[in-house]
Order: sequence, then C-alpha cells, then structure tokens
Amino acid sequence: MTTERVIEAVGVRKNYKGGTEGAGLNGFDLEVTAGTVTGLLGPNGAGKTTAVRILSTLLELDSGTATIAGYDVRRQGAEVRRRIGLVGQHAAVDEILTGRQNLVMFGRLNHLGHAAAVRRADDLLERFSLTDAAGQPVGKYSGGMRRRLDLAASLIVAPKVLFVDEPTTGLDPAGRLEVWSAVRQLVDGGTTVLLTTQYLEEADQLANRISMLKAGKVVAEGTPDELKTQLGSDWLDLVLADPADVARVIQLAEPLADGEIRVNEVRISVPVKDRTRALVTMANSLHEAKIDPEDITLRRPTLDEVFLHLTGAAA
Amino acid sequence: MTAFGWALADSWTIARRTLVHWRMQPGMVLFNWFFPVLMLLMFGGLLGGAMEFPDGDSYYELLVPGIFALGMLFGLEGTMTAVTEDKSKGVTDRFRSLPMSSAAVVLGRCIADMLDSAVTLIVLVAAGLALGWRWHEGLPAALAAFGLLLLLRFALLWVGIFIGLTVKNAQSVTMVQVLVWPVGFFSSAFVATSTMPDWLGTIAQWNPLSATATASRTLFGNPDPSASATWIGTHAEVAAVLAPLLLIAIFLPLSAHRFRTLSR
Repeated sequence: MTTERVIEAVGVRKNYKGGTEGAGLNGFDLEVTAGTVTGLLGPNGAGKTTAVRILSTLLELDSGTATIAGYDVRRQGAEVRRRIGLVGQHAAVDEILTGRQNLVMFGRLNHLGHAAAVRRADDLLERFSLTDAAGQPVGKYSGGMRRRLDLAASLIVAPKVLFVDEPTTGLDPAGRLEVWSAVRQLVDGGTTVLLTTQYLEEADQLANRISMLKAGKVVAEGTPDELKTQLGSDWLDLVLADPADVARVIQLAEPLADGEIRVNEVRISVPVKDRTRALVTMANSLHEAKIDPEDITLRRPTLDEVFLHLTGAAA
Repeated sequence: MTAFGWALADSWTIARRTLVHWRMQPGMVLFNWFFPVLMLLMFGGLLGGAMEFPDGDSYYELLVPGIFALGMLFGLEGTMTAVTEDKSKGVTDRFRSLPMSSAAVVLGRCIADMLDSAVTLIVLVAAGLALGWRWHEGLPAALAAFGLLLLLRFALLWVGIFIGLTVKNAQSVTMVQVLVWPVGFFSSAFVATSTMPDWLGTIAQWNPLSATATASRTLFGNPDPSASATWIGTHAEVAAVLAPLLLIAIFLPLSAHRFRTLSR
C-alpha cells in the first residue's frame, strides 16, 4: 500500500470579487492519499465546488499552495490537466451528439488517434453499461445515464485523480444508485477520487475518508468511524409504548446522560459514555419502574449528528 | 506534433462537433441557412413594387447585397447562443480541464461559424441569382465583395464570442438577439441611406453593416444611391475593410481576456 500524496492543499484562500458567484475558501487544507476516495462534505455555500475548481485548474487561487501528483496547480496547469479527470456539477456532455460521438470527441481532445479514440469509447461505453444507447443522442438519455457518460468522458486517459462534484444532485433514487455503483467500480480500479457531496449518506457509502467543510475551511477530517467517535457519545435509544411514561423515563435517564436528552414523541435518545453499563442500568431502572419499552438499543452517532454538531448548521 | 499543430488539430475537433450537429439536426441548420432567403423574399415581395429606380433596376439589385450583409449580422446570434450554452452547461469547463490547447475552444467555434456563414452566403447567392440579381463587374470584383462580407462576419464572430462569454444565461442572449434587429434595419441593407431623414441617415451610414453593404454593391456593380451621395458612401470600400478590423482589434483581445478570466 503506497502513501503517495496525490492531492495536497495548504492554506488555500479564494475570494470571489463579485461575491455572488460562489463561496470562497478560507485557509483550506487537504491531503489525499493515492487509491482512496475522499468525500468533501459540506452544506451549500461551504466552498466544495470552489475547492474542486481550484484543484482542477479551472479557477486561480488567491494564496496558499495546491499540488496534484506533485505538480503545482497554478504554475504547472498543463501537467495537472494531463493527470486529472473532472466530473462537474452539470453533466458536461454534448446533448446533440450521441454517447459514442461524445466519447470519441473527448478522446481526440485527449490526443488519442481516431482508431484509438473509437476503441476507448467502445470500452468505456461497455464498462458503464451504455453500449445499447451508444448511438442515441445524449438529449434522450436519463439523468443517471448522462452522469455515467459524464464519468466515462472523464476517464478516457485513466486519470490519476478524478474529481467528482456532487454527482447525484438532481438524480432520482435509481439514478443515484447507478452513479454510486459506477463510482465504486472506479475505486476498485484504483483511481483516486475526490468527491464532493452534501449528502452524508453518499459520503458514508462511498468515501474512505471524509473532510467536513464549513465556511471555506475543513473543520473535521477522518474516516467515517473516526468522525463518529470524535463526537464522543454513543446513543441509547428508547421507544416507549405509552406516551404517558415519557416524563418518568427522562427522569430515570438523567443520571446516565452525557449531554442533552432528545425526545421525539415516544422516542427518547440519551447520549451516554459507558455504553454497556448505561444499557444495563437503564434496563434495570425501567424494570423497577415497571415500564415496558417497545425497543431499547445502543447505537453510534450517525454522520448526520456529527455533521450537525461540527457545522452547527442546526441545533 | 508541435503545440501549434495540436492547437489546429484540437480546433478542428471542436469545429467538427458543430458539423456533426448539422447532421444530427438538419432541420434546425436548414432553417438557419434559409431564414435570410425568407427575408429576401419577404422584403423583395413586400417593398419591391413600391421601389423605383431611375434606370428601371429591380429592387433585388439593391436588396440582395443588403441581405448578404444582414445574413452575416444574423450569424452573430448563433455564435452567441452556442458560446453561452457551452459556458452555462459546463462544456467549456470540461474542455478547459482537458490537456488540450485552450485557444482551440475559441478557434474551433470560429472555424465552425465561418463555415456556417459561407454556406449561408452560398444559399443566398443562389437565391439572389434565381430572383434575377446579377454581378456586373466580373468575377474577381464579386469575389472581393464576398471577401468583405466574410470579413464582416469574422469581426462579428468576436463580438458574439465576447457577448456569449459575458452574459449569464440564455435569457440574456434573447435580449441581445432583439437588439440585433435595429442594428440590421438602421443601415443601408434595405434602402439607400440617402433616402432617410438626415440624422437617421447619418447614423445608418456609419453602421459598419452599411459600409459592407454599400461596398459590395459597388463591387457587384449594383445600384446604391448612397455610394455617391455621402463622404462615407464614397469611401465605403475602405470603411468596409477598416470597420471590421476595428471591431476585431477591440473584441478579439476582449474575448481572449474574458476567456482567461473564466478562471478568476
């Protein structure tokens, strides 16, 4: 296993002059190791797309440094572009051309000869299950198919790093699953992927590591498990049969709680430190109080909770 | 291959994309090519009967070169729309993220649009000939006139690229498209500027479209009363070369600057 750093960003700052076009970056740091999928997770306006545009040489940074495979994005843009693939927020393919015509064109623009471009197009069409639709204009494709073609177009020269900016925004659930499986295939093939998303589930599903972005800065970084551990507490969830018992159960849970107890109708979530002891104590207290809960479970915090905790997007 | 060789190869790849569009959507492109012919028939038919020329020339003698110039002006809309669409749909960004020549993104557009305008002109010439319009000063002079028309188109191409890169979305393009019409009408494309009220005639004379229309009429040997009536009319050939060059000198650097600042 190599630990080659293929993406490295240190203290990147970017302010948009107009101020309306997107969120800037405010001392953005990122390290991505070869062969991993890193999820850049953050709410709208956190600067995810700005980060991707800077790393893929589409946008100039104001200060800081960023390198791709050791090449400076500012001074060695041409070298960087030879090593990256970009899947932007829009499916940036030509809608009038057919799927195959699109891929052949992008192959030619990657400086493959005509025969090689056609061969590569056919390989990719097959790999992304688009062979049947290869001769149809892209305008007739579904959202998921278009995204898959977009992914294929960014893989023509087997990039070292693939940037995927919000790949499933605006897709229906079926389209989302199609795109997820396509991204997983890439990862199995060893491509390093930087994925931005506002969906925690998506980051949890696809990424080995997650960087959480807030106001142009990474506020937390680690594997999904590490992030969940960072928040500390596990949760003891109780579902009661009788709403009348809620007040009494909260009273019983209070000594165990390591933070604020959350109540949602008959569901009570108690943050706890010592997981098994808390479970046993709670079960005993309930038994003594003759309250029979419908359900009692221990769980790790969800990424949603970590996310909300770290970004403070909501209480 | 050298960097320059690749820039040309990439430009041709981008231009060919538009040629494939023609094949995929023949209805659309045919409409674009024949729309100026419709204008020719419309204005020729509607106004031709009311137009009288001293030596009994048909209105088409004056109108056909005017519509040639107008066809070049309309080409601007296609350039603008294509540039804006590619920008807003992320296609331009994809091109910019590839290890290709970035100049090719713009040069490819140039090649495709110049081919498009050449076809527009050929279709119009055929229509004009069918309606009885002729050139009278020999083929070399006629070819020079076609050269002036394409030079105007080349200049307007850069105006279109600049506007296309500047406006935010397709709606703004529609607004600019509406403005193309008065530019077309306040010119000598349909009538000699000498027949207009003085103030309007003056504006119309200095419209670059008028210079090209009047100069090509002179080269074709078609009548244009404004060619001898005014100072700018008598210098129309010079103006028809200088005005496009001036537009290019302004809008080519502006477009290049716009393209580079996509990354700011």
